[in-house]
Amino acid sequence: MRYLLLISADEEAAEQSMAAGGFGDFPAWLADLERRGVLEAHEGLHPSPTATTVRVRDGEVLLTDGPFAEGREQVGGFALVNCRDLDEAIEIAAGHPASRIGQVEIRPVR
Amino acid sequence: MTTVDEAVAAAFRADWGRVLATLIGVVGDWDLAEEATQEAFAAAVPAWRRDGIPDRPRAWLTTTARNRAIDRLRRERVGATKLRELPVDRAHDLDVDLDVLDSGLADDRVRLLYTCCHPALSLEARVTLSLRTLCGLSTADVARIFGVPEATMAKRLVRTKRKIALAGIPYRVPPAHLLPERTNAVLHTIHLLYHDTYIAASGNHARQLAELVDELMPDEPEAAGLHALLLLLDARRPARIRDGALVPLEEQDHSRWDTAMIARGMAVLRRAVRRERVGPFQLQALIAGCHVQERIDWAQVVALYDRLLARVPSDTVRLNRAIAIAMRDGPDLGLLDGIDHPLVPAARADFLRRLGRRAEAVPHYREALASTTNPAEQAYLRRRLAEASG
Repeated sequence: MRYLLLISADEEAAEQSMAAGGFGDFPAWLADLERRGVLEAHEGLHPSPTATTVRVRDGEVLLTDGPFAEGREQVGGFALVNCRDLDEAIEIAAGHPASRIGQVEIRPVR
Repeated sequence: MTTVDEAVAAAFRADWGRVLATLIGVVGDWDLAEEATQEAFAAAVPAWRRDGIPDRPRAWLTTTARNRAIDRLRRERVGATKLRELPVDRAHDLDVDLDVLDSGLADDRVRLLYTCCHPALSLEARVTLSLRTLCGLSTADVARIFGVPEATMAKRLVRTKRKIALAGIPYRVPPAHLLPERTNAVLHTIHLLYHDTYIAASGNHARQLAELVDELMPDEPEAAGLHALLLLLDARRPARIRDGALVPLEEQDHSRWDTAMIARGMAVLRRAVRRERVGPFQLQALIAGCHVQERIDWAQVVALYDRLLARVPSDTVRLNRAIAIAMRDGPDLGLLDGIDHPLVPAARADFLRRLGRRAEAVPHYREALASTTNPAEQAYLRRRLAEASG
């Protein structure tokens, strides 16, 4: 099964946590994924103010400065994993440091 | 002739969940398994009339359901519609070892139970799917319990099964490191089911599931604890409602309690606590056990609530503990301070009534009445309100 893990958190809280070393176990998380052999892609994203949202209405391209959903909680990274089942995906998601301050949404890939 | 109908009905009650659970394991497709199981039960009536009731009805039903599933898979393969989802060599996996099935060692209902109660499903989804699959309730029956139209419930069940399939929720008993947490999820689902169905008078489905879990997990004292709890609560059910109104414990007619069920509940409870791993469900069962004594030892009840509160620091437990202390020492409004629970107004009104401050109780009975939609509770509160106003 392939899953996209959408890692999100309050951006300010995440930044503070990172500065305070709250993501210190991130390398261990990544190493665990590599050891499991499940990782297909993983990236961190620039903060949401750098986002541009595109909509096309009546043939017109409409741009918004910012993410598609306003709010403090924003997606800050993703991982594409190919693992056994949802239980393994949950285990992986729960190991990401951001899950302690924000959340990880697990979406099965079509 | 009726004996065949009775045999099929008995097999349905005893074996529906087990046959379905095996079929899901074999074909890996919940809808296909459900349809094939349904067809097997439908086919049993004419077949057993013609050939006699088989020695092992469940084996007959499982084989028949399996064959129906194979037929369907073959037909679909010809139609080539579902080829992508169903591997071509699926059919040869469909051999079921009927001896293993009958030995009782490999009970697929455990897998089904853990899958239905997976924490990635909402509590309501867990409850409805358990009722449909493990208890064999029709979609219409499940809809009635939850007070929604049948079509709505059918859609919800489809959505739940789709989530299991698409999100990759495994069909298995969880591995040891996940087992305690997942067992807890199973027990909480059943407990919730009991409360959801309590008013609908179909709490016996929850009790049936609790009994099943207890039977399937003899080493889990909390499973026995929940089973005992539901037995001890249900034993008082006949006395809990009179003329459509809730009857408080102290006014219940003890002769209407089900003494056989109380005895069973106490026996299950004794078996549980002997393991000396007393958890929240066993504590609640112990409290329910105190409630069915002729004279309630409120000091003992308070002590049990103290232990429960240490494990489950919820406002529900705080409120029940305050009420038990009021029974032990007499009512004191200060006991309710800081408790945030919809039943606090009813408790406050009751304390005031027992203190003889009837006029002061009136607004609290009114507040309590406004906050419940349960007709039996409303009837009880209206009676108290009339008494206090009179």
